[in-house]
Amino acid sequence: MSEELLLQSAPRVGGEAPRLLASMSPSSAEAAATAVSFRGVERHFGPVRAVDGVDLDIRPGEFFAMLGPSGSGKTTCLRLIGGFDQPTAGHIEIFGEAVEGVPAYRRPVNTVFQDYALFPHMNVLENVCYGLMIRGMGRAERRRLGVEALKLVKLVGLEARKPGELSGGQRQRVALARALVLRPKVLLLDEPLGALDLKLREAMQGELKSLQRSLELTFVFVTHDQGEALSMADRVAVFNHGRVVQVGTPEEIYERPRSRFVADFVGGSNVIEPALVKAWTGVARPASLRPEKIALVEADAPAPPNSVVVEGRVAQALYHGAISRIELTTPEAGRLFLAIPSTSAPPPQGAVVRAAFSRDSLHFMESE
Amino acid sequence: MTEAVLGTAPPDTPLRRVSDALVGRRGLLLALLLAPPLLWLGIIYLGSLFALLAQSFFSIDEYSGTIVYEPTLKTYGELFAPANLDIIIRTLMVATAVTLLAAIVAFPIAYFAARYARGRMKALFYVAVMMPLWSSYLVKVYAWKLLLAKEGAVGWFMQAVGLSGALDAWLSAPIVGGPSLSVSYTGMVLVFLYLWTPFMVLPVQAALERVPVTLIKASEDLGAKPSQTFRHVILPLAAPGLVAGSIFTFSLTLGDYIVPQIVGPSSLILGQVVYTQQGTAGNIPLAAAFSVAPVLIMGVFLTIAKRTGAFDAL
Repeated sequence: MSEELLLQSAPRVGGEAPRLLASMSPSSAEAAATAVSFRGVERHFGPVRAVDGVDLDIRPGEFFAMLGPSGSGKTTCLRLIGGFDQPTAGHIEIFGEAVEGVPAYRRPVNTVFQDYALFPHMNVLENVCYGLMIRGMGRAERRRLGVEALKLVKLVGLEARKPGELSGGQRQRVALARALVLRPKVLLLDEPLGALDLKLREAMQGELKSLQRSLELTFVFVTHDQGEALSMADRVAVFNHGRVVQVGTPEEIYERPRSRFVADFVGGSNVIEPALVKAWTGVARPASLRPEKIALVEADAPAPPNSVVVEGRVAQALYHGAISRIELTTPEAGRLFLAIPSTSAPPPQGAVVRAAFSRDSLHFMESE
Repeated sequence: MTEAVLGTAPPDTPLRRVSDALVGRRGLLLALLLAPPLLWLGIIYLGSLFALLAQSFFSIDEYSGTIVYEPTLKTYGELFAPANLDIIIRTLMVATAVTLLAAIVAFPIAYFAARYARGRMKALFYVAVMMPLWSSYLVKVYAWKLLLAKEGAVGWFMQAVGLSGALDAWLSAPIVGGPSLSVSYTGMVLVFLYLWTPFMVLPVQAALERVPVTLIKASEDLGAKPSQTFRHVILPLAAPGLVAGSIFTFSLTLGDYIVPQIVGPSSLILGQVVYTQQGTAGNIPLAAAFSVAPVLIMGVFLTIAKRTGAFDAL
């Protein structure tokens, strides 16, 4: 109900804002084929190529994750979309409009900052209504939309509090409401859950996802947490050294990593060297092998059909609740990581065990 | 294991016992640390202030010139005599002008120092702001008197750039004008401005330094033009610094009696009146009453500042 209200009531605006808000509803007929497009975008800081030739197409209404280790260029890309930085070379479009030279305050995007960046001298409602006030909206209308936005993020009754009196989770909701109340075409989220504790983070993952679905907005978020990217995003772009190394659905990224880096960074796959892969399958390419695809088998049990059996010593066994992670040292394949369900007790450290996996679960990657 | 640790414990000296006792009783330690400064503040600092306040409730016998030690509001009544009220209002105007101008001059300097200056540049900024405070106050005021005199550097410069007409027009204006800059209120305000600007720059700079850059980015992200960001985010967050700076410039101007003696017209300023009343005139109660006026004025100023939300960002 409240969400519908917010959707219908596109803010009435004055000054130069109409151009900005002309087509706020993403479901309108003019919806462009791409929400954000990057063509050969580069951003250099002196000799450092923070962003080094990125091509990206983010689709309208999509929950898009930019995943990568720190310094991989993902945050710089977000800043380029937000208008806080300008590309050294290349071309960026937001819903079909070139944004080179367009300052942040004239872009149809809003950002949820990593530290939330709430204005300390304003209360919650004033923070949420800030953008509407800037656009010259009347006090009563502003207040109505602000309260709606706070309902949307399930934060009612705290309108008069100052940011300093809120918990981290509440502050994040205020930051979210403050950005959403302006009905941006693209919502940018910079490590949105980074500062929250684990339980809150998991709850917020679900909430962000359902919020994005019900508002049909384009969300672009930056994270270094692969779990977060996989669970929330419709598509993930994996960044490394200023480049996008793979774009795909979470399943594609996780099940079919294209390179050694993706296999290792997303989900910590075992990477099998080409020589060994050739011995096992006849194909001389590196392959990724997901830890959960490997099972422990009884010493005297016959090998399952079409599978590889390796023997190894348990170097470490860590209990994680639902699963146990086991590190095996094998003479044949070196170190192998296993994730086995905790239905049976994990083998003790130092035990010699047999591990088996199907040849089909080897995913061939590009040979570097 | 424990025995080994206990075995290496240092010997039980008297000093150690004292420190052990203090560590155990946090309150005692705090009391010992705070007692000397609190005694100083309580007796000498606040005490003299209250002595002053008490003096202002006495009066002077007009014939004998001796102080009558009976509480009365007669001396305060004298403040409202037209001549005395004039002095208070005149002083207030000068202090207000100095404060406003100091804020206008200091803000860009402080903003640059807080936002853009780094490393050597920042060190240079501190030196540049503080350096005037290193030299003698009297020398600086006399130097300004020479600069502002009729044949001084300022007049010469205005003539050189062909603006002596503008200077003459300004000097012929009522109130702010006079025979020359050095005997006008304009000159007095300029000298006060020169003297007190560092006291405005530093607190404003400290306040701006505490404004996170992401707040400015967030404002921009939410559609605010730089001018709007300045008005709605930067200025409110700098307000505590501006108020702190204003307290300095305002109260320093209210209390000064040397500058108005050297630069400016012959009519008296509050500080000069206090000086002459307690000195040559020997009217301590009236001097005290005059001294209470700035305290009350500052109180009113701070109350107004608080009402307008200047301290909300603290």
